[in-house]
Amino acid sequence: MESHVVQLVQLCLNGIAIGAIYALVALGLVLIYKATEIINFAHGDILMASAFVGWGLITIAGLPFWLAALVTMLLAAALSYVLEARVLRVIVGQPQFAGAMLTLALAFMLRGAVSMAFGPTSRTFPTPWTGQTTHLGPLVIADLNLVILVAALVITALLFFFLRRTSVGISVQAASQNQLAAYLCGIPVKRLNSMVWAMAGAMAAVGGLLLAPIALVDIGLWYVVLKALAALVLGGFGSIPGAIVGGLLIGIVEQLAGVYLPDGFKDVMAYLVLIGVLVLWPRGILGEAHGRRV
Amino acid sequence: MRFPYNTSYRDAQKLLRYRADWLAYGLLAAVLIAAPWILPRYYVGEATYIFIMCVASLGLMVVTGFTGQISFGHAAFVAIGAYTHTLLLTAGVPFIVSIILAGVFTGLIGLLVGLPAIRVSGLHLAMVTMAFAIIVEQIVGRWKSVTGGFTGIPVPPPRIFGFDLGAQKPFYFLCLAVLLAVLAALVNLLRGHAGRAFVGVRDSEAAALSLGIWIAGYKVLAFSISAGITGIAGALFAHHVQFVTPEGFSLLLSLELVIMVMIGGLGSLRGAVFGAVFISLLPTAISAMKPFLPDRVAGQFGLETFVFGLVLALFILFEPMGLNGRWLKLKSLFSAFPLYRKDTFRRGKTYMKSERYR
Repeated sequence: MESHVVQLVQLCLNGIAIGAIYALVALGLVLIYKATEIINFAHGDILMASAFVGWGLITIAGLPFWLAALVTMLLAAALSYVLEARVLRVIVGQPQFAGAMLTLALAFMLRGAVSMAFGPTSRTFPTPWTGQTTHLGPLVIADLNLVILVAALVITALLFFFLRRTSVGISVQAASQNQLAAYLCGIPVKRLNSMVWAMAGAMAAVGGLLLAPIALVDIGLWYVVLKALAALVLGGFGSIPGAIVGGLLIGIVEQLAGVYLPDGFKDVMAYLVLIGVLVLWPRGILGEAHGRRV
Repeated sequence: MRFPYNTSYRDAQKLLRYRADWLAYGLLAAVLIAAPWILPRYYVGEATYIFIMCVASLGLMVVTGFTGQISFGHAAFVAIGAYTHTLLLTAGVPFIVSIILAGVFTGLIGLLVGLPAIRVSGLHLAMVTMAFAIIVEQIVGRWKSVTGGFTGIPVPPPRIFGFDLGAQKPFYFLCLAVLLAVLAALVNLLRGHAGRAFVGVRDSEAAALSLGIWIAGYKVLAFSISAGITGIAGALFAHHVQFVTPEGFSLLLSLELVIMVMIGGLGSLRGAVFGAVFISLLPTAISAMKPFLPDRVAGQFGLETFVFGLVLALFILFEPMGLNGRWLKLKSLFSAFPLYRKDTFRRGKTYMKSERYR
């Protein structure tokens, strides 16, 4: 193969790996949005906090990676459950803006708490795949990227199975379509909403543990939530497959922009895509069409 | 209790109707005029900063509080105003012309950013504006030939008719004068035709449309006015910092402005001022509190962020009407003093209401 084709494929592969994380984060956001109609701006901070907790468990407590990952996921899930049940439920019925602002406030508090507990320095932790690579013809793929991709695929598949095939999952769908009707059918809507938040929290923890080895364990990790919002908008707001497609596309576009466009475009590409899609094509790729009700 | 009773058309037009208003605002004016001679130097600078933030939060209030369009990107307008003003001053344009041009130019940019507001609404618009702010911050950082990049550019001192207003006291009064002008303009705008159209668009687009209000036009107009005022605040901000760098206009400033508007109480100009005062004083209050906290907490870098989040969360949970709502409640308690009922201000039960199809 010619060198620039190899480069292109390589970039796409890297983009898919990053994009898989964006997709995971976007998936958590879309689950929460569908269940409680809140855009959870604190999602990125839960991810960042999980990365720090994972670092603490691995390097300070000396736990093996898998155990640490499990504990981190459970902690993040518990945190999200409590946030929904004790804080966000108070403002049910207020305009959407209030929900967004409340999650923003929680985001600030988490960010402040993490930087008070761990300090502003960035750090890194070892994973079982750090530094290993797989050669595929002329392509070099870091094992970590493969793991990210596999993890994202597994979580997506589990989520699909859960939402389509289990009775709890179908209850979640019912509650997200019409809460009152679901409640009258005997579905415990409140508990389901908290559970959806807990699931999203666990997914954020996975995202944090996978993103930290690529980036660094740093306060700035929360920024990924903004990229995930761009992914969500591109894929079509409120669509689960759309979140995945959007995430992967944003990841690829970013990598390509870093090489083929002038310096500086890589950082803003996701936001340019966000504005462009919302202005020209608000439905997104897989978004549902809906009219305006009076 | 006092009920307005108009005996002439002019009665209804007056801004200060009662003797109590004249007294209260007169006292406030006297305090503000005397302040630079009473307060220590540091607090005069703080007060100036508060005035500038008041102007910016009044700008945001027009679009978020009155028209119901959420903007998470007003720091971009502050930045555009600051850089335009600085560049014009450096090119030799007189101060008054330059600050007006900065406002007009920022307003035009706001017009462009407001155009998507016709198509997207609610949180989608919040995302568009947030993305816009991030992009502007990057552009300002990268466009070295004009903005000086991350090293920044110095701001010439403000001079009006040959008088240098760069010193602390004159600049305090300059900012106060601009704040008063903006406040007067907005009070009159918002009780006139345009202001009522804004509120109509906020409360129900369908109802507003059926009354013949041109929704798209008023949305864009609100965005443009808001951006223009924020641009003026940016011009003053440039003089306050004396050296403009992109770091001053990060996403954090946008969020701070939104928090001011939210904490102050959406839909009231008084709320915008209250919110700006409260949030601008918060860092000072936190650093004043630090000696009383345990060292482990006080020395940390994230304390301020944490307190900001905590204050915002408490307001949303317990006082969604903000500081202005609290003020009105106190006032009505006093005016109806003996007739107080425990449930006067109890909030009714609310239910989940989908906004997904709006």
